[in-house]
Amino acid sequence: MGAAITLRVLVWLGLMALLALTIGVTFAPLGAWRFPISLAIATVKAALVVWVFMELRAASGATRLVLVAALVALGLLMLLSGLDAAIRAV
Amino acid sequence: MSASARDMPFEGRRARLEADTFGMFVFLASEVMLFGGLFAALAYDRLHHPGAAAGAAPRLDIWLGGANTAVLLTSSLLVAIAAVGAREGARRWVVAGFAGAALLGVAFLAIKGVEYRKEYLEGLMPGLGPPSPLGAQPATLFIGLYFIATALHALHVLVGIVLLAGTAVGVARRRLPLPARAATVHLMGLYWHLVDVIWIFLFPLLYLARP
Repeated sequence: MGAAITLRVLVWLGLMALLALTIGVTFAPLGAWRFPISLAIATVKAALVVWVFMELRAASGATRLVLVAALVALGLLMLLSGLDAAIRAV
Repeated sequence: MSASARDMPFEGRRARLEADTFGMFVFLASEVMLFGGLFAALAYDRLHHPGAAAGAAPRLDIWLGGANTAVLLTSSLLVAIAAVGAREGARRWVVAGFAGAALLGVAFLAIKGVEYRKEYLEGLMPGLGPPSPLGAQPATLFIGLYFIATALHALHVLVGIVLLAGTAVGVARRRLPLPARAATVHLMGLYWHLVDVIWIFLFPLLYLARP
């Protein structure tokens, strides 16, 4: 139990550091890069929570596939709406 | 592993746990799609009215939003530790972890309330309070999306608080014996972690969208 708890505390420390980094990035002179960088940091944070806290690393392949399916569906939603808006004549 | 009557129709406790977790993730995937629609709207707004989002975003309090992010991340840690404790039958860890996370959830809602009040006084709430300082239509769209997304998220936080508190009480009163019912603890925790993950994305999309 000790090792499992230590791992989770370490992940939490990493998450807090990433949060500080996100806020730091907001005030840094990065211009147009700021948005993709803060989204990338958010993705890393979310991945840590899902992989360790939600214990996806111990889950079956089928369970992991459910998450992949949700992300694919979300990607399709954004891709197709974006395409639709981009090629619109109005 | 031989099947006990309680685990039927599964082959054993492990198969049952896998199925339970699978089902929970299917539900969580539907929640991802729910918020995904809002994320798509935010992305569309940002792509097609980049100046407006950047103009309205600085009106959001990045420090209150950041504090709320820290609150949720810490509550997720407590829930994760509780889930480990549940498997070992450590009742006190579960009760303390879930109760602590529920309290942090209440703190989240309180901070959110402070923010909403601030925004109400500045005239940013659509239809309520003083007239809006925002002129352009796209800026009010961004603020409107902020209110809808955070209100929907806050509702989920409220539901999560009830689930966590209910589970903590159940474990404390031994209605949920451990480690027999560790799966219940684990699944309730999964909902809370998803609430955290959604906020992890909402925070940069809303608060950090400034120029």
